Amino acid sequence: MLDLSLLPDGGVGWLDASGQHADIVLSTRIRLARNVDGYAFTGRARDGERLRVLAQVRDAIRGVAGMTDAVLYRLDEMAPTGRALLHERHLVSKELAGLDAQHPLRSGAAVFLTDRTGVMVNEEDHLRLQSLRSGFALHDAFAGVDQLDRDLGGRLPYSHHPEFGFLTACPTNVGTGMRASVLIHLPGLVLTKEIAKVLASLQQMGLTYRGLYGEGSEVVGNFFQISNQTTLGRSEEELLDQLHRVVGHVVEREAEARRVLVRDAGYIIEDKLWRAFGTLRYARSLTFDEAMNYLSGVRLAVGLKLIGAVSVYTLNKLLIFSQAAHLAHAEGRALTESETNLARARYVRTTLDEEAGPVG
Amino acid sequence: MLCESCKERDAVVYVTRIENDGVTQHHLCEKCAAAQGVETTIATPKHPLGEFLQAVQQQGVGGAASAAADTLRCSFCNGTMADFRETGRWGCARCYTNFEAAIRDLLRRVQGSHRHVGRPYQAPMGDHMEQSALIGELKDRLRRAIEAEQFEVAADLRDRIRVLE
Repeated sequence: MLDLSLLPDGGVGWLDASGQHADIVLSTRIRLARNVDGYAFTGRARDGERLRVLAQVRDAIRGVAGMTDAVLYRLDEMAPTGRALLHERHLVSKELAGLDAQHPLRSGAAVFLTDRTGVMVNEEDHLRLQSLRSGFALHDAFAGVDQLDRDLGGRLPYSHHPEFGFLTACPTNVGTGMRASVLIHLPGLVLTKEIAKVLASLQQMGLTYRGLYGEGSEVVGNFFQISNQTTLGRSEEELLDQLHRVVGHVVEREAEARRVLVRDAGYIIEDKLWRAFGTLRYARSLTFDEAMNYLSGVRLAVGLKLIGAVSVYTLNKLLIFSQAAHLAHAEGRALTESETNLARARYVRTTLDEEAGPVG
Repeated sequence: MLCESCKERDAVVYVTRIENDGVTQHHLCEKCAAAQGVETTIATPKHPLGEFLQAVQQQGVGGAASAAADTLRCSFCNGTMADFRETGRWGCARCYTNFEAAIRDLLRRVQGSHRHVGRPYQAPMGDHMEQSALIGELKDRLRRAIEAEQFEVAADLRDRIRVLE
């Protein structure tokens, strides 16, 4: 079984709710796509080439300050539950974990992890460097990954073109190779039906949005990932500044929507949110989508200071630990779907009891 | 739960209406919700490349000229434009040189630009060594040019060395 205790904070330090606007913005992630020169890109590379890429990256990474203690997980040697755990913690992509039907697990698929930084190897690109921060912290997250990139790029030859910049398998990543994204909770805008307007304006600003698990994932629990759409023609700083400005504006719109909700529909909203809390505290079976939606309600209630007994950190933890692979890991065996729903309800109940005191 | 309007499809849209202090709950499928004007635009947006690839697959890129380009193979990974259209991914870094004109056009359309203005990059070690070897060679040639009194050639070599250094 996968040993996540090797990681500081189990790799979920970024959920500690310490950052700016932590009740609205969960986390900030920046990833840089890079390829090692001299090999075909991952999708075209043969097994042997991918293993050589991994060996070369491993040699280089050992000399990088801050990465000497990095833990290496070989996904290509792990059981599906372990890979799913890493994916559920947002530490590896679905594609790297081989959980995506279109992309079976590849030889050489691996990830180097430290507390807030990771390097995925043999994802769609040879390297996906990423840094994670709690709350709204774009510039801090960039500083972390930029330093790693400079150090690693000084030890490995990256594929780079004088006109096109850093070369990537997909043309939507070429140039800076940077995707900066902010995971944000927008129940106020969803309830006041302002969300469609806000999302449409994002796209006009060269930004895009996705669900909780990145590209192609559904929006659940009113969580959105807002990120830059383009990677060429602007510098990293310009892309970050633009995203920072727009997300700051979205945060204000969300806060305003929450004020409107309380003003115009106070007791109705209050009732809805307490019902969500009640369901989480008493339900005996919860599907993932149900849990996400009720947790969204409780999160809003905590933000509005209606519910004081639960911390944002606990809510963040529930988001991660109530997922299927985490429940199976905790139970120590594979679970059927209905067993998963029972285990989820039990886990949520117990966690809330521990924090808010037992209910009758 | 079935949609309460058509009673055929699964209800996926839950609408809570707050009117005159009264609350009503409706469970609708996506079609009926759209018909009732409920915005369910929280769908994941399409991948920007998806539409582009669809367009080029339908049209073929620019007729006869592209047929010729289609037979061109990348000298490193053996990939073709047809491979790219199928997967949306290039095979290797060399593809960017081999299909440079097509890629420039593609980037202009997909990214609105084809010029990287972000972090510059200087590859390490191997290339450094190659570069210092090149400078060494140019300096040798410069010395020979001066000895042979080929001053124009010497000036040219001196400029190249300056740029590299």
